[in-house]
Amino acid sequence: MSPPPALDFLDLDRLLSDEERLIRDTTRGFVADRILPEVAGWFERGELPRELAKELGDLGLLGMHLEGYGCAGTNAVSYGLACLELEAGDSGARSFVSVQGSLAMYPIWKYGSEEQKRRWLPPMAAGEVIGCFGLTEPDFGSNPAGMRTSARRDGGDWVLNGTKMWITNGGIADVAVVWARTEDEGVRGFLVPAGTPGFSTRDIGRKLSLRASVTSELVLEDCRLPADAVLPEVRGMRGPLSCLNEARFGIVWGSMGAARACFQSALEYATTREQFDRPIGGFQLTQQKLADMLVELSKGTLLALHLGRMKDDGRLAPEQVSLGKLNNVREALAIARSARTILGANGITLEYPVIRHANNLESVLTYEGTSEVHSLILGQAVTGLAAFQ
Amino acid sequence: MKILVTVKRVPDTAAEKRLDPADKTLDRESVETILNPVDEYAVEEALRLKEQHGGEVVVLCMGPSSALATVRKALSMGPDAAVHVHDDALHGSCAFNTAKVLQAAIRQVEPDIVLCGSESTDARTSLVPSALAEYLGWPGLTGAKQLEVDGATVRVHRETENGYDVVEADGPAVVSVVKGINEPRYPSFKGIMAAKSKPVTDYTLADLGVDPGEVGTAGATTEVVDFAPRPPRQAGQQVKDPGDGSAAVELAEFLAGHKFI
Ligand SMILES: Cc1cc2nc3c(=O)[nH]c(=O)nc-3n(C[C@H](O)[C@H](O)[C@H](O)COP(=O)(O)OP(=O)(O)OC[C@H]3O[C@@H](n4cnc5c(N)ncnc54)[C@H](O)[C@@H]3O)c2cc1C
Repeated sequence: MSPPPALDFLDLDRLLSDEERLIRDTTRGFVADRILPEVAGWFERGELPRELAKELGDLGLLGMHLEGYGCAGTNAVSYGLACLELEAGDSGARSFVSVQGSLAMYPIWKYGSEEQKRRWLPPMAAGEVIGCFGLTEPDFGSNPAGMRTSARRDGGDWVLNGTKMWITNGGIADVAVVWARTEDEGVRGFLVPAGTPGFSTRDIGRKLSLRASVTSELVLEDCRLPADAVLPEVRGMRGPLSCLNEARFGIVWGSMGAARACFQSALEYATTREQFDRPIGGFQLTQQKLADMLVELSKGTLLALHLGRMKDDGRLAPEQVSLGKLNNVREALAIARSARTILGANGITLEYPVIRHANNLESVLTYEGTSEVHSLILGQAVTGLAAFQ
Repeated sequence: MKILVTVKRVPDTAAEKRLDPADKTLDRESVETILNPVDEYAVEEALRLKEQHGGEVVVLCMGPSSALATVRKALSMGPDAAVHVHDDALHGSCAFNTAKVLQAAIRQVEPDIVLCGSESTDARTSLVPSALAEYLGWPGLTGAKQLEVDGATVRVHRETENGYDVVEADGPAVVSVVKGINEPRYPSFKGIMAAKSKPVTDYTLADLGVDPGEVGTAGATTEVVDFAPRPPRQAGQQVKDPGDGSAAVELAEFLAGHKFI
């Protein structure tokens, strides 16, 4: 028997349904045709073309795991597989899809009124309307519950004031889901259409990570919204945290996509690049690196699939998602860095995907809960003692 | 307009293929299988015909029950329904018998036009579309790089070395399409989800009134007599220039000798 293939060493393909495979293969084909040929240029120029939104929408990737309102209604494993394939292209493309589907569409779908759902979800699923999710503030990152952005009732209206920071898609969004503190109803979510007086955005420049993605600051200055701009069905931090839990699930998978791309690149390089008259893959030190990558890539992907099946069974706890995010992003970053060394000098250019993924993963390590915060969540889960509150 | 597209399950083009030494047929279980790539162009062309003229698109597949995944893949691109012919007696069918069975199924569906891919990537005989037209007694327009349906008239542009032949006939007709006739769409996720609930009609040989003795290995009109693995690649011929430019002459002679120039 010949050895199992490097990119699916544990034969996880067998654990997928025909439909899941079709969704994976379709996404993989799209990434190969549409993202890989251009992404180095996008990354270099620091842009993500807007028309990509429409193409992602036509494919059905936006809000794919939601039911109704123009969404495809797939299971969680399919959503994960799509995130993995997208992030094998670039973390920026996966971030776009995560934010649109899990952070902007999900709260509307889960906590919105029927009217809000009908108005926003179909064009968002089609990629005609872009959404963003404003939780983090300049002074409140890991501790979003301390947020200062406020929402004050004024007659039938709401008036919002504050600043949101590091908001993916902020500058290109047609609608922002903004979380703000109310006077006596705790934190609530608001739908703020672009162009609302008092609402402005400013893109954050000079990023060296996640460059094929727009990151912005949102500024709310006496921004007046009608009564029906608030998401009626949720109050408190449970609202934004439940969205993050959805998006983190996608990252558990996506990070393994970036890792796979790095591993694949390093493997090809190691078998073709010769030094001292033999392929560098023939040296034991290189094989050690490749073997370690293979082990962590295989374990991480298996973990993602396991968490996916649990999610589809409705028994996935947020702490389990934390375990997945902590492990898979950490390992993906280690794989990317190790792959970088195998490529030598070529490893630092955009001619190869590795440094791009390695840089991107620095953002992925920080957003959606830093690795430290996820460690503390796990620490609390097993000791019963909160170290961060 | 009722449009029927034939689709086939084939081994992944990139995969290493294995023949079963016992009956010299392809071991289809040992490799990844895909929808025959050229058939995707036929499905796309059918969907475009439907978008222009209205009607319905039905895909037809002859293949083991495991070919249902291929049927669903085709359905996920947008066709309305499928017909799947599967019967143990079909194993080992030759191209002509395949056409005979497809013909019998097509008579059940009664389409206005049948679209096929010009070849399948496994056997590459390109016989089925023509044989199908013959058995149906319909005109067969093969190798279409462009297709127009205008009332009852079916017109195709067939690429030749010097340009195009324009061939037309009155429908119903069988048309085989080549790669490049269009750009096949990606199945959308909604399409993939919807494909699960689209109707698939199953036919056995008995349902179609085909005698099992006439098809499969038993009734095959062709036989694989022998097979051998491809010999390892020979080292290429190297032309070294001694410094007087004579290598260019040698290269030109080589190319002319093989009729490349
Ligand atoms: C590219 C990018 C896109 C983003 N997109 C969005 C978005 O769309 N929407 C959104 O709302 N936010 C977004 N963010 C923000 C992201 O979620 C925050 O950056 C993240 O929560 C961390 O917050 P911070 O940057 O303020 O770091 P801080 O919270 O200041 O943390 C700094 C360091 O201190 C550590 N630390 C903090 N508290 C503790 C503690 N109790 N114990 C131990 N260590 C601790 C952290 O782990 C970290 O290492 C994005 C960020 C990036 C980089």
